[in-house]
Amino acid sequence: MSEYHDPSNVVNPEHADHHIVTPVTYGIVFATLLVFTGITVAAAYVNLGILNPIVALAIACTKAVIVILFFMHVKYQSKLVKLTVTAGFFTFLVLITMTLTDYMSRAWGLW
Amino acid sequence: MSATHTIVNLPDQRTATMPKRTYINNEDGLLSWLLTGDHKRIAILYLISITFFFFIGGAFAGLIRLELLTPQPDLMASDTYNKFFSMHGIVMIFLFLVPSVPATLGNFLIPIMIGTKDLAFPKINLLSWYLYWVGGLFTLTALVLGGVDTGWTFTTPLSTHYLNTHVVTAATGVFIIGFSSIFTGLNFIVTIHRMRAPGMTWFRMPLFCWSNYAASILMVLGTPVLAITLVLVALERLVGIGVFDPNKGGDPLLFQHLFWFYSHPAVYIMILPGMGVISEVISTFSRKRVFGYTAVAFSSVAIALFGFFVWAHHMFIMGVSNYSALVFSLLTMLVAVPSAIKIFNWAFTLQKGSITFETPMLYAFGFLGLFTIGGMTGVFLGALGMDIHLTETYFIVAHFHFVMVGGMLMAFLAGIHFWWPKMTGRMYPESLSKLAAVTTFIGFNLTFLPQFILGYLGMPRRYHAYPPEFQVLNVLSTAGATVLGFGYMLPLLYLAWSLKYGAIAGNNPWQATGLEWQIQSPPLTENFIETPIMDHEAYDYEWLEHKTAHEVTTVG
Amino acid sequence: MDNAIVATHPHTHETAVPAEHEHVALPQHRHHFETQEQQREAGTFGMWLFLLTEIMFFGGLFFAYLLYRNWYNPAFVAASNQLSIPMGTANTAILISSGFFMALGVWAAEVRKKKLLVIFLVLTTVLGLAFLGVKYFEYKEKWELHHIPGASFDVSQFINPHAYGLKEEPLAPDMAQKTQVFFFLYFAMTGMHALHMIIGIVLLFWLTWRANRGEFSAGYVAPIENFGLYWHFVDIVWIFLFPLLYLINRHPVS
Repeated sequence: MSEYHDPSNVVNPEHADHHIVTPVTYGIVFATLLVFTGITVAAAYVNLGILNPIVALAIACTKAVIVILFFMHVKYQSKLVKLTVTAGFFTFLVLITMTLTDYMSRAWGLW
Repeated sequence: MSATHTIVNLPDQRTATMPKRTYINNEDGLLSWLLTGDHKRIAILYLISITFFFFIGGAFAGLIRLELLTPQPDLMASDTYNKFFSMHGIVMIFLFLVPSVPATLGNFLIPIMIGTKDLAFPKINLLSWYLYWVGGLFTLTALVLGGVDTGWTFTTPLSTHYLNTHVVTAATGVFIIGFSSIFTGLNFIVTIHRMRAPGMTWFRMPLFCWSNYAASILMVLGTPVLAITLVLVALERLVGIGVFDPNKGGDPLLFQHLFWFYSHPAVYIMILPGMGVISEVISTFSRKRVFGYTAVAFSSVAIALFGFFVWAHHMFIMGVSNYSALVFSLLTMLVAVPSAIKIFNWAFTLQKGSITFETPMLYAFGFLGLFTIGGMTGVFLGALGMDIHLTETYFIVAHFHFVMVGGMLMAFLAGIHFWWPKMTGRMYPESLSKLAAVTTFIGFNLTFLPQFILGYLGMPRRYHAYPPEFQVLNVLSTAGATVLGFGYMLPLLYLAWSLKYGAIAGNNPWQATGLEWQIQSPPLTENFIETPIMDHEAYDYEWLEHKTAHEVTTVG
Repeated sequence: MDNAIVATHPHTHETAVPAEHEHVALPQHRHHFETQEQQREAGTFGMWLFLLTEIMFFGGLFFAYLLYRNWYNPAFVAASNQLSIPMGTANTAILISSGFFMALGVWAAEVRKKKLLVIFLVLTTVLGLAFLGVKYFEYKEKWELHHIPGASFDVSQFINPHAYGLKEEPLAPDMAQKTQVFFFLYFAMTGMHALHMIIGIVLLFWLTWRANRGEFSAGYVAPIENFGLYWHFVDIVWIFLFPLLYLINRHPVS
């Protein structure tokens, strides 16, 4: 590595070549998002019991992932950016799960 | 120390001259400072600002200790006392400790250490300084209008329901300072990832960069949670939204969870950069590569990561679930591991090194001892049973002052002395600064060791009066605080003096190996005349010896 | 872009540098970045780090929602059913369309089509404003129904829904009070989201003005691209808010 002067980070695994996403891709993504919006509204009217919020969240997550991958170009970005996005959601999950350990077990052993 | 053991001899400073063009005299006028994009000038601006706030916070500390000299409330009423310790906490934590090393030394050194011209986003760096001042002014406004008495924790429902003080103003201040700290952290992460000089691989970076990188991750991921928490507190005060109000169905413990989700990692935001300073100082004055470089580097990241999993140990007596408390207690012990890795590695760095006792090294030794005590008592407090006895007593006050003041402030002063020649081009007076280092160490121990005993005996924190049997120890503590105050005034005076009258330092007065020591001091605005190429490991003293042997002396 | 690896030794370094700069340097290229590619990637990475802070900022609110929804589920169901699904769905579609045009705007900037870029940015702005307009009517309806938390908050609709022509199950008075928690969170979350929209629209005006001057049609697209990231992030927040706030148990009569 020290042999090379590499200002553009080409040999750096954190680098990704720039990629221009075409309007066709954007169009397909847009249509998919609208379809999923329809599905999530429809699913809310069906009684699935405990599955209702799960389905709603699963659809929301799918939509979010699609937006992140295509509208926000993460699919075409370097591993560094992918890792960064993952780290954000990971920390959010830490916040949720570790706090829930308290709320879920608070009543244990009290009855 | 005989010459056979010292690999590198210190250069003769009598022959050193000041460079003609430096970042300080490159442009003139106040505006050239206030609108600068230069990371070194912003670092100096930050240094002046945090020193200002440090002495404001210190004044409150002095008044608190003065009140506690006697058991009776004779100097101030209870609510005044509450305001004093709250303002002491808010100013010291948010306006001094969090930005101390990253925003001053980090801003100044990280770009130079990794061999680039500036941070990735110079304008955002300047914006961060302005946000710091806006936040600082809000805090000062709250202070002038009559202060806040929530404690630095803004605990609900105290802060939302029972106080008529300027909680919202102070919270706004902290909210804005949070953004300043986010921008600093963001800048460091991008710079370290994207701007390293050719050959500067991750494992050739100085450990100072590693620890600032770890702290930056915490700043970016933790601070926004504090921001939303303070927004909710402000909304609860202003419009009565009841997310934390049990009367309306809210849960006050949710506030605690969200608050400590930031504020525990914030402890590592404060201490990690200090640990980076210590790595640099100990390596330089032992003339040895840091023992277990990789382990020390990864332990910084490990501390940052574990830091997000332990926050509920601040809440053991607040009614969290016992099972959850058990988990958090065990996880808390886990943080001791990377901290101990650092301490042991520094100890092994010292082993068989050619140790010299310059001022930064004295401060670093102070750090090692005091941080170890602070850290070990932290393990005490992390143990569930002990915590119930010790929490909310002076034991905890002593614990976090050992870590924050004994650890962080010692590291900050070590760093300021160590890099002072680089920042200003002049040396501080050596004997006076050694006196200051020793005074600080003695004063500190006299102030806070008695508080461990007081806490263990059961003296609660945050009260302005106490039973008479605690007076002896409190008098000791106040006496120590006086010594400590002198210890902190001294550097302010002689460092200011040295700006004009200090001996000219030369490029590398310590014969240290970092890239920052291979350029002129004070540096040029663009740091390097040509992009440096890193072809050796960090802390490679043989490389330095080889280099100095072959270079024509330009110092004279 | 300039992707060549230039072999460099300390002595050949000076001669190697000009080879990297054979293209014309853009005026927006900052001196401390060696190449524009480096500057661009630094910008994107920085923007993503900023979005991480946004994730955690909204994360606190989402956790509060998760907690209270579990504690006060009946109240959340009843209160959620007072929100208008047509308006919510319409707003979701509006916002997704706005994001779509923003994405097209990024594309237009990259292929250097100035007119298209301005058109797409204007469309993005208009749809963003439409979203806020719909939101205004939703808030106004809540005001009229006394569903704004505070002194005038009225739970009678939840205690005795049949009197208001609703098919909901009546709630016990103490549970009915907890609908207020839902509305706290509704207003805090949608309000914080709307605040981000407003900031975004202000930035859009500024970007449109700059785009109209042709600043982004010569290969320098970083502001458009990074603003796009912000705008899409605001979309994502709404993508979660919509099912969580509007679509809880929409099948009350079973």
